[in-house]
Amino acid sequence: MNTSNDAAIVFDRVSLAYGGRPIISDLSLDVGRGEIVCIIGPSGCGKTTALRMAGGLVRPLDGTVRVLGEPLTEPRRDVAIVFQDYGKALLPWRTAAANVSLALEAAGTPRSERPERIRTLLAKVGLASHEDKYPTEMSGGMQQRIQIARCLAQDPAVLLMDEPFGALDAMTRQGLQDEMLSIVAETGATVFFVTHDLEEAVYLGDRVIGLLPNPGRIGIDLKVDLPRPRDQLETREMPEFLRLRRTLFDFIEKAEA
Amino acid sequence: MKRSWWKGLVVPAALIVAAEIAMRLSNTTSMSLAAPSDILAALLRALFDGSMLVATRDTLASAGAGLLLGGLLGLLLGMIFGLIPIVNRLMEVTVEAIRPIPSVAVLPIAMLVFGFGYSMEIAIVAFSCLWPVMILTRAAMAGIEPRLIEVARALRLSTTQRIAKIVLPAALPRIMVAVRLAAAIALVVAVTVEIAANPLGLGYGILVAQQGLQPDLMLAYLVWIGVVGWSLNATLAFAEKRLFGRAAQVEAAGA
Ligand SMILES: Nc1ncnc2c1ncn2[C@@H]1O[C@H](COP(=O)(O)OP(=O)(O)OP(=O)(O)O)[C@@H](O)[C@H]1O
Ligand SMILES: [Mg+2]
Repeated sequence: MNTSNDAAIVFDRVSLAYGGRPIISDLSLDVGRGEIVCIIGPSGCGKTTALRMAGGLVRPLDGTVRVLGEPLTEPRRDVAIVFQDYGKALLPWRTAAANVSLALEAAGTPRSERPERIRTLLAKVGLASHEDKYPTEMSGGMQQRIQIARCLAQDPAVLLMDEPFGALDAMTRQGLQDEMLSIVAETGATVFFVTHDLEEAVYLGDRVIGLLPNPGRIGIDLKVDLPRPRDQLETREMPEFLRLRRTLFDFIEKAEA
Repeated sequence: MKRSWWKGLVVPAALIVAAEIAMRLSNTTSMSLAAPSDILAALLRALFDGSMLVATRDTLASAGAGLLLGGLLGLLLGMIFGLIPIVNRLMEVTVEAIRPIPSVAVLPIAMLVFGFGYSMEIAIVAFSCLWPVMILTRAAMAGIEPRLIEVARALRLSTTQRIAKIVLPAALPRIMVAVRLAAAIALVVAVTVEIAANPLGLGYGILVAQQGLQPDLMLAYLVWIGVVGWSLNATLAFAEKRLFGRAAQVEAAGA
C-alpha cells in the first residue's frame, strides 16, 4: 500500500481490539488532501472506531495513523470532529455563539477578535440571527449547524464527520449536505465522512469505502466520478450515480449476510 | 397551585390554636411546654433585647465558615476522586472508613485540639459537610456527558480550561444540590455542638433557657432555629435560580 506523505490521513496497517476482540484488523487506507472520502458498512463494522482513531481519540493497538504527515498520538486542533449526537456534543449552558467561541478560546484567539469570527462562522452555517439562542431552543438541524460552526472555528485541515446528518429529516439533511460541500470547496479541507446512507455517500464523496465487519477491514473502494458542484436533483439522476448506488447496495447486502 | 397556597397552613394554624386553648384551659406549669402566645412573646423579647440576634450571628458564622471550609475541601476531593479513577480506587477504603463516623463523635477530639470556641465548632461543621459534598461532587463528575469530555480533548483544552469551561458548569446543578444539603447539615451540626459543648450561639441559648426553667424561651429558640433554617434554604434556592438558572433548567430538562 502506498503511504505517501502527501496524504492527509494515512492508516498504515492499523489494528485495534476491545477486550481481546478484534474490531479493526490490518487496515491500510490513504485519504488524499482535499479529498472527500465516505465510509459505509454494516452496523458495528468499526466505522466510528476508525474515525475516532483518525481523530486521535483512540490509539491503535498496532500500526500507525498519520495525519498531514505526522504520526498521530493525540487529538490535533486542525482536525475537527463532528459528532453524530449534536445534542450531547454542545454545551447546553452556552448560547450558539458561546459554543462556537469554545473552539476559539481553546485556540487562544484574542477576546477582541472572537465576536467577529463567531458572527462570520454562524453566518456561514446559516445561523446569523440565532447567536443568542441556547441549543435546547433550536431544532436538530440548527444544533448540528452550531457544531459544524464550532468545528470550522478550528480552521480544520481535516474534518471527521460521524453520521452528522443521520438524525435529521430528509429536507434538512439535503440542505446541510450542500452547505457542507460548498464550505469544503471553499476551504479545501479533507473530509472523512461516515454514513449509513449509501446515496449520501455517493452524493458527497470523491471516493466511497465500504468496510466489512468482524473484524473491520476494507471490502470495497469505489471512485466516484460525478461532476461538481453536485446537484440534489441532477446528480442523483445520473446513470453513474445509480450504478454506484447499485454496486454499494449489493456490497452492503453481501456484507450483512 | 396559586389559589390554594394557604391550604397547607390550615393544619398548623389549627394545631397552634388547639395548643393555645389546651394550655390556657389546663393551666399547667410545665418545664417543657408553653402556650404559643407565651412562646411568641418570649421570641419577640429575645429578638428585641438582641440576645437572639447575637446567638444567631454566632451560629450562622460558625455554620457558614464550616460549610465554606468543608464544602470547598469536599468539592476539591470530589473532583479529584471523580476525575482520576486511580486515586478514587486507592482512597476508597479510607474514605468509607472515615465517612460513617458521626460528626458529634469527633467532638471530644476537636475539643482537645481546638478547645471551646469558634474553631472547634467550625472544624466539626466542616467535617460533617465535607463528606456529602465530596460524595455528590464525585457522582456529579461521573454524570458528566462523556461526549463533552471528548469535545474538550478534541479541542485540546488545557486542564484548567477543561475544569472551568466544561467540568464545573456541567456538574454545577448537582453541586448546588450538594451545597444545599450541606447547608442544612451545617446548621444542624452547629446547633448540636452548641447544645453539647460549645458555649455559643442558638444551641447554647436553648440549653440555658432549659436549665433556667424557661420553656417559653427554649421553645422560642426552637421556633427561631426553624425560621433560620427555612430562610437559609430559601435564600440558597433563590441564589441558585438567579445565578445558575440556565444550567439548572437544562438539568431539569435532561432529567
Ligand atoms: N469502547 C468500546 N468498548 C468495547 N467495544 C467497543 C467500544 N467501542 C466500540 N466497540 C465495539 O466495536 C465494534 C465497532 O464499533 P463502531 O462503533 O466502530 O461501529 P460502527 O461501524 O460505527 O457501527 P454503527 O454503524 O452502528 O455506528 C462494535 O462491535 C462495538 O460494540
Ligand atoms: Mg458508528
